[in-house]
Parts: sequence; structure tokens; C-alpha cells
Amino acid sequence: MKYIHQFLIIMLISFVGELLSFLPLPIPASVYGLLIMLVGLYTKMIPLSAIEDVADWLILIMPVLFVPSAVGLMNVKEELFENIAVIMIVLVISTVIVMVVTGKVAQYMIERKNINE
Amino acid sequence: MNNLLIETSCFGIVLSLLTYWLAVQIRKRWSYSLLNPLLISAFLTIFVLYVLDIDFQTYNQGAQMITYLLTPSTVCLAIPLYKQTQVLVKHFGAIIVSLLCGCLSGLMSVMVLCILLKTSETVLYSLMPKSITTAIAIGVSELLGGHSTMTVGVVILTGIFGSMIAKTIFKVFHINHPVARGLALGNSAHAIGTAKAIEWGEIEAAMSSLSIVISGIFTVFLAPMMIRLWI
Repeated sequence: MKYIHQFLIIMLISFVGELLSFLPLPIPASVYGLLIMLVGLYTKMIPLSAIEDVADWLILIMPVLFVPSAVGLMNVKEELFENIAVIMIVLVISTVIVMVVTGKVAQYMIERKNINE
Repeated sequence: MNNLLIETSCFGIVLSLLTYWLAVQIRKRWSYSLLNPLLISAFLTIFVLYVLDIDFQTYNQGAQMITYLLTPSTVCLAIPLYKQTQVLVKHFGAIIVSLLCGCLSGLMSVMVLCILLKTSETVLYSLMPKSITTAIAIGVSELLGGHSTMTVGVVILTGIFGSMIAKTIFKVFHINHPVARGLALGNSAHAIGTAKAIEWGEIEAAMSSLSIVISGIFTVFLAPMMIRLWI
């Protein structure tokens, strides 16, 4: 029963997220759901123990859940392949920039704070 | 083959899990970061579909059931975030500023590169939201006038590429604080980066999850604004 109840809570929140995603905002169901879950946890309306086992499992299998979407790339080939060289150049350079800038700024600010303390 | 399998619902799930399991075994045997399990798994799956002449729809009939689980799985990312509240509060300033700088530099670099390479405006608009989670990216792309299927492809490729290079980038640029690593992964490679961050630790996972939400919101506002200012 424990697992059914945990799964129920998680699916219920996901369902409410899906309903909210019909609002005319570019926010997906999963982000609404994540925020609802966070509020539930902070207000103690949802104790951690009421969802933890099933949630851990769902988080751990997350990487494999992207496989069908990645396989779906075989369907968009026309639009993508026409411009593939240019797209890859932009994608590679820009992704490196975002990663380095975010990481470096965060690292610098954390280190500076640690020194000041 | 197609006619036989079109009646089944588990084929797509079995193929996805099997190729991912194989990809993880390959990764264990030769640990190059180029051997990204998601990339290998997708390649193997496409190869099998191609050889057996099965179309994507037949595969996806079952496989979409694992895709459905992405929503509840993302909802559960609230848990590492909740557990790391102290870290979040302590580094709040650094989190917001670094995510904002990352988003701005990402959007700006896409614009500058697209102008330099003289791409069509559709390509530019489709590439702008490449570092945010798929569902938000589609919204932004359509809002700007991009091509939503191209955006989906670019978002997934960005996620895979970001997860592949993260380890090397962090080494080369001396990014070693778990908070900084989590933010960098989530901000550049969204949920696929977060799936990678989960392997590294709870702080990384929490910060990466947070990045998905915050950078998504930043991009929704910043992308249309920057397009209006520059073009």
C-alpha cells in the first residue's frame, strides 16, 4: 500500500500541473508540478516520507526516460539536416559559453563569500 | 516486422531499456565521456529500427509511455531541492547572478554567431531557447517565430552535448564547487544535464534542478526582449 499511496501523490501533483499548463503561460506541467511539490514539502502538507521511495526511483530512472525523445531526432531530420553544420557550430560554442560563464561566476562568488566570512 | 510489432505495446519500452542498459555497459567498459549513454542508446535504437524497417510511430507506441514518466520524474526533483534548502539560502545571490549571466551570455552568443554565420531568422529563433527544458523551449521558439521541431532537436542535442563535455570543462576551468557545477550543468544542459548531475551528488542535482526552473523563466522574458533590441 505504501508504494501505491506514494505514487498516487506524485501522479496527482503531476496531474494538477498538467491542468495548470493549459493556462496561457509558457510554463510546462512539470515545472508547475515541481513548484507545487516544493510548496507541499515546505508547508509540511506532504511529509518527505510520504513520497520518498517512489520519488527516488523516478529520479534515478530519469536518464533513460529521454531515450524516446532522442530517438525522435530521426523524425526531424529534414529541417535539421539542411542547416546541420551551422547549427552544430552555434550549439557547441554557445553551450560551452553558458557552462563556463555560469560555473565561473558561481564559483567566484562562492569563493569570495567564503573568504569574507 | 512493422505489421507484427504495431500490435504490441511493450516493444518500444523493451528496446529503449535494452539499448540504454547496453550503452551503460559500454560506458563501464571504456570510460570516455564521448560514450554518453543517452547518445549511444539513441543511436542503437535508431539502428535497430532502421535494420528491421520499423517506423518511429510503431516504436513510439510503447516508448511514449516512458516519455510520460518525465513529468512525474521532474516533479520529484523538488525533493533534492527541498533537502538542500540550506545551500540554496546560503548561496542565493551567487545562484541568481550566475544563472542570469549564463542565460544572457548564451542568448547573446547564439545571436552573434547566427548573425556572423548568416543563418535564416527561423534558425536563429529556433536556436535561442536551446539551453532550457523542452516544453518551455517550444513555447519560446513559437513565440519568436522559430520552428518547433527544430527546437526540440536542438534542445536534445544541447543536453547530450552539455552532459558529454561537463567533466572536461570543469577540469579545464577549475570549476570544482558542487553548487557551481550543478548550476553550470542545469543552466547549459537543462534536464538531461540534471540527469547527469544526479550521478555526481545531491547538491549538484538540487542546483541543476533549480537551474531548469529559473533559467526557463529568465529565457522566457529575455529572449523576446533581446530579439527586439538587436534585430
